Amino acid sequence: MALYSDTVMDHFLHPRNVGSLSDADAVGEVGNARCGDIMKMYLKIEDGVIADVRFETFGCGSAIASSSMATEMIKGKSIEEALAVTNKEVVEALGGLPAHKLHCSVLAEEAIRSAIRDYFERNGIPYDKSRFPEAEEGSCCRMV
Amino acid sequence: MKRIYADNAATTRMSRRAIDAMLPYLDTAYANPSSLHSAGQEAAEALRRAREEVAACLGAEPKEIVFTSGGSEADNQAILSAAALGERKGKRHIVSTAIEHHAVLHTLKKLEKQGFSVTLLPPRENGVIPPEEVERAIREDTCLVSVMYANNEIGTVEPIREIGAVCRARGVLFHSDAVQAVGHLPVNVKEDGIDLLALSAHKFHGPKGAGVLYARAGVPLVSLIEGGAQERGKRAGTENIPAIVGMAAALREACEKREEVNARLLPLRDRLIEGLSRIPRSALNGDRTARLPSNVNFCFEGIEGESLLLLLDQKGICASSGSACTSGSLDPSHVLLAIGRPHEVAHGSLRLSIGEDFTEEDADYVIAAVSETVAYLRGISPVWQECLAGKRPFILP
Repeated sequence: MALYSDTVMDHFLHPRNVGSLSDADAVGEVGNARCGDIMKMYLKIEDGVIADVRFETFGCGSAIASSSMATEMIKGKSIEEALAVTNKEVVEALGGLPAHKLHCSVLAEEAIRSAIRDYFERNGIPYDKSRFPEAEEGSCCRMV
Repeated sequence: MKRIYADNAATTRMSRRAIDAMLPYLDTAYANPSSLHSAGQEAAEALRRAREEVAACLGAEPKEIVFTSGGSEADNQAILSAAALGERKGKRHIVSTAIEHHAVLHTLKKLEKQGFSVTLLPPRENGVIPPEEVERAIREDTCLVSVMYANNEIGTVEPIREIGAVCRARGVLFHSDAVQAVGHLPVNVKEDGIDLLALSAHKFHGPKGAGVLYARAGVPLVSLIEGGAQERGKRAGTENIPAIVGMAAALREACEKREEVNARLLPLRDRLIEGLSRIPRSALNGDRTARLPSNVNFCFEGIEGESLLLLLDQKGICASSGSACTSGSLDPSHVLLAIGRPHEVAHGSLRLSIGEDFTEEDADYVIAAVSETVAYLRGISPVWQECLAGKRPFILP
């Protein structure tokens, strides 16, 4: 029994959409280097649809795999659809994560939301702030 | 793909001699050494011989050797015994270090809950615990000093003989967790002034599940396991004869071959250190020379250790890291933090611990693989990208 599922290893070894977008319409960054996890997500948004996405991640295997999976799950989706992606769905898509790695999927969900909020802010689009709770200080360190 | 095993500080491959020594005791010579019949007495004889061999390798007397299930049990028993003795004399203070193994640190935590006070000395940046700091920390009510012989993560070899002399002069019991040292360094309990010492067989090519507590004659032990007269009443339970015999054989072999093996490992260790030092923003952890001949430990800025390990594993390299993700806790290695590495950098650590079969070719392969993998992970790391862009300061020079 390996530490990670085949899907996690596949996304870790062959991450999709890795890198940055120099002409991104939105950028989100969550996590804390002190805790050993940072995810940065770049979005290209056209007509309310996520036309392109890239990520950069500092973190463990499951953090990289979660980021990769999250980018696949939102690419080509509307903003609303992307906002609806939950960490649980990321975990399911990855074929499960070890219990002590679940926070990586939370970080992936937060990275998507952080990037979309940046898009709203940049474009002066009003949004329901309660849907974007501020991450607690050091939230990357919490166990889920 | 060839597998390069560079995790010998975690455990070692058993030596052929140790396996061969064990086999009869798993097969035909299976009797209980406590039995009076001749079959039992053959097992008792094997136990006696193993005790003599282990004692000889440590410069101890056979009666000072207690066989345990491993290093952790021996550390627990040593510390709890010294604490019980101290308690009887009204001495409830213990001096130890911030870089000990958890077998020591957690036992000390337990004692703190029982009212003991514990001073954990911080190491210097190279991981060395200065003997004068030990001396300064000793109080009237100090019942024990516990300092590891060599650190399991950063490989720093402590000035044990000097610390032993300080303890002797101050009349305080001295315990050393020598799990990483025995079989690899010339450990001699008498010359080193050690009263209590823990070792583990599987760190020197012996079997897992076997260890030793050396307790100088006259140091009373408390038993952690009750239920029989084995080990002179200090460790109940039928002795694990095959493992004990295998441990003795492995220890004798390790001590015989020590100088030859170390002469081979040292240039390979140094080759790795020089090669990995060429990676930008990297730093060697631990002392450059007061260091186990097998140990290499680096921090690489901008990356996380677990992903490095997983990628190295894909290239056939078995290594280890002090990142939080691999330590199973939220914080990176307490040892790396204690030598002053910030969390951000401690997450990106790599430990290589090489063994007898490691070659120069392996060293060059490892250097290339680590350099390549670190560069790849930095390429996808926002931390590294921000450092490059000047938005975040580099921590390592």
